Amino acid sequence: MLRMLLRRLLLGVVTVWIVSVIIFAGVEALPGDACTAFLERDAKGKLLENCRHDLGLDKPAVTRYLDWAAGAVRGDFGISADGQQSIASMVGDRVKNSFLLAAGALAVGVPLAILLGVITGLWRDRWIDILFSTGAIFAMTIPEFVSATVLILIFAIWLGWVPAIVLTPADAPALDFFPEFILASVVLTMVMIAHIMRMVRSSVIEAMASDYVQMAMLKGVPYWRIVFRHALPNALLPAINVVALTVAWLLGGVVVVEVVFNYPGLGRTMIDAISDRDLPVVQALAMIVAATYVGVNLIADMLTILLNPRLRTQRMRRK
Amino acid sequence: MSDAAAQKQKRPALGQFGTVLWDVASRPSGAIGLALVLGHIILALISPWLVSYDFRSMDSSLILEGPSAEHWLGSDHLGRDILSRVLQGGRVALLVTGIATPIALLWGGVTGVLLGLIGGRADEVAMRIVDAFLSIPGVLPLLVLVTIFGTGNEVMIPTLAFFYGIPVIRVIRAATHDVVARDFVLAARARGHSRLSIVWRELLPNVRDAMMVEGAMRWSWMLLAFSSLSFLGFGVSPPTPDWGLMISDARAYMPLAPWGVLAPVIALSSLIIGINLTADALAKAMGIDRARKAVV
Repeated sequence: MLRMLLRRLLLGVVTVWIVSVIIFAGVEALPGDACTAFLERDAKGKLLENCRHDLGLDKPAVTRYLDWAAGAVRGDFGISADGQQSIASMVGDRVKNSFLLAAGALAVGVPLAILLGVITGLWRDRWIDILFSTGAIFAMTIPEFVSATVLILIFAIWLGWVPAIVLTPADAPALDFFPEFILASVVLTMVMIAHIMRMVRSSVIEAMASDYVQMAMLKGVPYWRIVFRHALPNALLPAINVVALTVAWLLGGVVVVEVVFNYPGLGRTMIDAISDRDLPVVQALAMIVAATYVGVNLIADMLTILLNPRLRTQRMRRK
Repeated sequence: MSDAAAQKQKRPALGQFGTVLWDVASRPSGAIGLALVLGHIILALISPWLVSYDFRSMDSSLILEGPSAEHWLGSDHLGRDILSRVLQGGRVALLVTGIATPIALLWGGVTGVLLGLIGGRADEVAMRIVDAFLSIPGVLPLLVLVTIFGTGNEVMIPTLAFFYGIPVIRVIRAATHDVVARDFVLAARARGHSRLSIVWRELLPNVRDAMMVEGAMRWSWMLLAFSSLSFLGFGVSPPTPDWGLMISDARAYMPLAPWGVLAPVIALSSLIIGINLTADALAKAMGIDRARKAVV
C-alpha cells in the first residue's frame, strides 16, 4: 500500500512538473519578452541588451526555466512585468481571499450537498428527488456569470437585501468582506451542491440496490439501520473524490464569479494580468492553481485508498 | 452485455441512430432538451428573415427603451434592437461551437482510440500530458491559451477545438481499453487485420456511444466557456453580438433596463439546459452514468 501511495505522490509531482513546462514553453513561444514590453519603443540596441542582461533574459531558455522553477518551489515567482513589484507579495492577499471564498462555500455546501444527495437517492423518482435533481441540472449548467447576474438583479437591485459588489480592498481582514461576499459564495455553493449531490445520489441508489442491502432487508434489519450502517458508508466514500474535484474547481472556477462581484481574489488578478499581458503573473497564478488542484486530488485519492480496503486490492490488481 | 452489444452491432447504422433518437425523445427530459436545442438551431438558421433591424444599427432616440411593438425586447445602451442582437448572438455561438465541437471530437477521439490500442510507454507519457492540461480547472486554461494565441472568432474556434479535445482523449481512451481486450478484437488480430482496419471496424463502432455522449457534453462545456470568455472580454470582438458580451454590457444598466440582461440570459440558459437535458437522456439511453463524471 505504501508503494501505491508513493506512486500517486510521484504522479502528482510529475503532473505539476509537466504543467510548469507547458506554461513556460507557451509563454516562451510568444514574440517579445519582459524587456520589449517594459521598454516599448526604446527596445533596441544597448538599452535592450542591458535590460535583458539585468533580468537574466540573455541566458538560455533551459537555465531560465530552472531558475524560475527553483524560485517557484520556494514561493518566489519573480517580479511582475509592469515594474519592480514582487509577484509573491502581490498575489499573497489575493490567494488568501480566494481561499476565504472557497472555504465559505465549502463549509455550507458540502454537508448540505451530501444531505440532499442521500435524500434524493433514498426517495428516488419521488417529487422531492425530481425537484432537487431538476434544480441541480439548472445550477450545474447555467454559467456562473448568468446565475450571478440574475441573483444580483433579484437580491441586490430589486429587493436590496445584500450589496451587489465587493468594495473592500484586497488587504482588508477577512471579516470586512462580510456581508459583501454573501452573494458570491451563494453562486459558488449552488454549483458545488449540484455536482456533489448528483454524485452522492447515484452512489446511494447503487448501494441500496446492492446484494448486501437486499440481504439485510430479507433478514429483516430495520430500514434506517440498513441505510446508516450498510449503505451510506459505502455510498459516501466516492464522494471524497468529487469533493476534492469541487475544491479544485472552486479555486479555478471562481475567476468568473470574482469578476462579476469585483471580489479581490486570485481569479480577478488573473484577468487583470491577462488584460495587461503581464505574463510572469499569469505563469505564477496558473502554477498555483495547478499545484493546488493536483494536491487536493492527491489527498483525496490517498484518503480513499486508506479508507477503503477493497479499493486497495482492486487498484493493485489493475496496475 | 456482450450479447446485447452483438445484437446492436447487427442493426443498420441509421436504424440504430433512429432507435437512440427515439429513446431520447421518449423521455420527458430528453424531449424538452431536444425541443430546446432544435428550436435554437432553427431560429439561428431562419433569423436573417425574421428580424427587421440590423444588429449593428444604433438609434440615439431608442437608448435603453423598454419592450415595445416595434422592438419586442427593447433596445440596449447604444439604442440597438435587442431581439436582433440576441438572434445574431445565437448564430455566432452555434457557428463557433458547431465547428469546434466536431473537430475536438475527431482529434480527441482518434488520439484516444490510438492510445488505448497502442498502450505502453507512449500511452503513459501522453496521459501525463493530458493530466497536466486538465489540472488547471474551469476557464483558466482557456484564459492562458487566449493570452498566448489572442482573441477573436478565427482564434476562438481552434483554441476551443484544441482544448476540448483533450478531455475527449481521456474518455475515449478509457472506452477503448474496455473494448480492446474483448474476444472480437483478438479474433480480428488473429485474422491478421491491419491496425487501421481494427480501429475502423472493431474499435470505433464500439466507442461510438461514449463518443456521442461526450460530444453533447463537450458542446455544452464549449458554449459555456465561449460565453464566459466573451463575458470576461476575451471572446468575440464587438460589434459582433455574443450572449456573454451582451450580458456583460447590459449589467451596468441593470437597475434601469433589466430586460437588456434578461433576454441574453434566457437565450443562453435555455440552449445550455437543452443540450444538457439531451446529453443526460442520451447517456441514459446508452446506459452511461453521467453523474459519476464530476466537474472536469
